[in-house]
Parts: sequence; structure tokens; C-alpha cells
Amino acid sequence: MVLLTLLALITLGIIQTRNLFAVVVLSGAYSFLMASVMIVLDAVDVAMTEASVGAGISTVLVLGALYLTKMYEAPPRFSPAIPLIVSVGTGAMLIYGTYDLPPFGVAAQPVNTHVGAEYIANNMAETDIPNVVTAVLASYRGFDTLGEVTVIFTAGIGVMLLLKRWSTS
Amino acid sequence: MRLDVILRVAAKLFIPFIIMFGLYVQLHGDFGPGGGFQAGVIIAAAIILYAIIFGMNAALRAVPKWSVELMVPLGVLIYAGVGVWSMIMGGEYLNYNVLLHAGEKIGTYDAIHGQHWGVFLVEIGVLVTVTGTMLTIFYSFAGRGRPDD
Repeated sequence: MVLLTLLALITLGIIQTRNLFAVVVLSGAYSFLMASVMIVLDAVDVAMTEASVGAGISTVLVLGALYLTKMYEAPPRFSPAIPLIVSVGTGAMLIYGTYDLPPFGVAAQPVNTHVGAEYIANNMAETDIPNVVTAVLASYRGFDTLGEVTVIFTAGIGVMLLLKRWSTS
Repeated sequence: MRLDVILRVAAKLFIPFIIMFGLYVQLHGDFGPGGGFQAGVIIAAAIILYAIIFGMNAALRAVPKWSVELMVPLGVLIYAGVGVWSMIMGGEYLNYNVLLHAGEKIGTYDAIHGQHWGVFLVEIGVLVTVTGTMLTIFYSFAGRGRPDD
């Protein structure tokens, strides 16, 4: 609850401030808080990824991009009414959607009854990897992870193609 | 370029430990939280810290551009290569059970041996691609402005 309140406060701060440097630092703090939320939810692997990618790398990359542009956000040219309506509407629909979700942590919900339970039951006998997250990612769903790596590869190639200065000299 | 001496000394102290922690996260991913993605980002972060404190030129001397650009496809190649290897050994693509001992059934000692190696190699592939991509993106962004101030 404390964490979620802090998240809301940081979001308000990001909306309020026009100094982009402060926005970047606040986004980093947001990511760290999000990582703490993940730890509270017992998702340590996700928390680690959030802390390193969200708070670490993206902060550095956005700072690097900021270095090439101006420090202050330009005043908005259009009225904020339409974006406000769109985001409030989307938020309202998402909150409405949560009413259909099963209660948090119930054992009988679909997430806990299908393959997940099977992985946890058979993992040690089949792969002998104590961390079931790693076993699922790298072994049971190895093909999906190959896809993820390919996505990162594509991102790297894309940035290289767009930003690399091909010198002919 | 001459930054605070405290920053430089502290960074010099920290960077080996950050890389060590990255390797720990990588190699201990079977037992604790972590794996190739997280370790790759941590190791990239160590080099980015080096670049921020000591300047781009020093970082480019330590980790040249061609090497990180080589790492981007190399990791995917390692990963996909494990899949091809398991096909050569007579299994399905990315079926680690047969990776070291052909024709193994799930759960036998030899199949688990193959699983360990398969996961290990695949995580190395993830590490290489993630580190390479993060550094490539960083170098492309940071290299555009003033390269050596």
C-alpha cells in the first residue's frame, strides 16, 4: 500500500515537472519502486529485471538521449482535453476489467491449475534446476526465449542501422 | 574530462564487483533469481558506468565497438546453435535431453546432464546478445554528441 501510494505520488510528480532531467530521475525511482512491488509479490526474477533494465539501463539511455536535446519540455501546443479523455477512459476500462479477475493468490485460478502446477511438480525430476523460473524460461519454453533474444537482437540491429555513422573514409 | 577524483576511485572500486555480481547472477541463475537477461544488463551497466566516469574513448579502448557489434548476433547464434545441435543428436529443436547422449528419455541421469548443459549454453547466448545490444545502443547514443569531452 505504501509502495503504491509512492508510485502514485511519483507519477503526479512526473506529470507536474517540466524539467526533463527530473523526469528521468523520477522514472528511475518509479522503476525501483516497481521492483520493490515485484519483491512483495514474490516475483524476484521480475524484480531483478525491472531494477536493472527499468531503473538502470533505460535511465542511462534516456539521459544519453537527453544530452542531445533540450533540458526542458516544450509547453503543449494542443489542449490536453483529448489525451486526458483517452487516458481516463482507458484507465476506467482497465479498472472495470479487474473486476473479472480471480481474487489474488487463489489456488483454483487457471494460472495455478494447468501447466504451472505440472512444471513445479516435475521440474526437479526432469531438469534438476531448483529455480523453476529458469527451468521454464530456458528449458520448457526454450523456443519462446529464443524469440525474446531475437527481439533484442532485432532492436540492436535496428538502432545500429538508424544511428551508426557509416564512415567511408 | 578531469572529473571528481572520488567518483573515479569509487568507480574503479565498484566496477570489478559489478561484473563479478553479473557473472554470479548468470551462473547462479539455476539456483537463485537471475539469468542471462539480468546478468547481461548488469555487465553492460558496469561498462556504461566506466564510459560515464572515464569518458567514451577509454570505454571504447577497453570494449571496442566491433566487439559489441559482434556480440549482438553471436548470442542468437549460440542459442540457435544449441537447437541445431540437439537436432543433430536426433532430438527435436532445443530438446536438451538428447544434447549430450543421443536418444535419452526425460528424467534419466543423462537427460538431466543434457538439460544442465543446454540451459547453461542457452543462458550464455542470452547474456552475449543482451550485453552486446545494450552496449551497442549506448555507444550509438553517446557517440553522437561530443565524443570526448
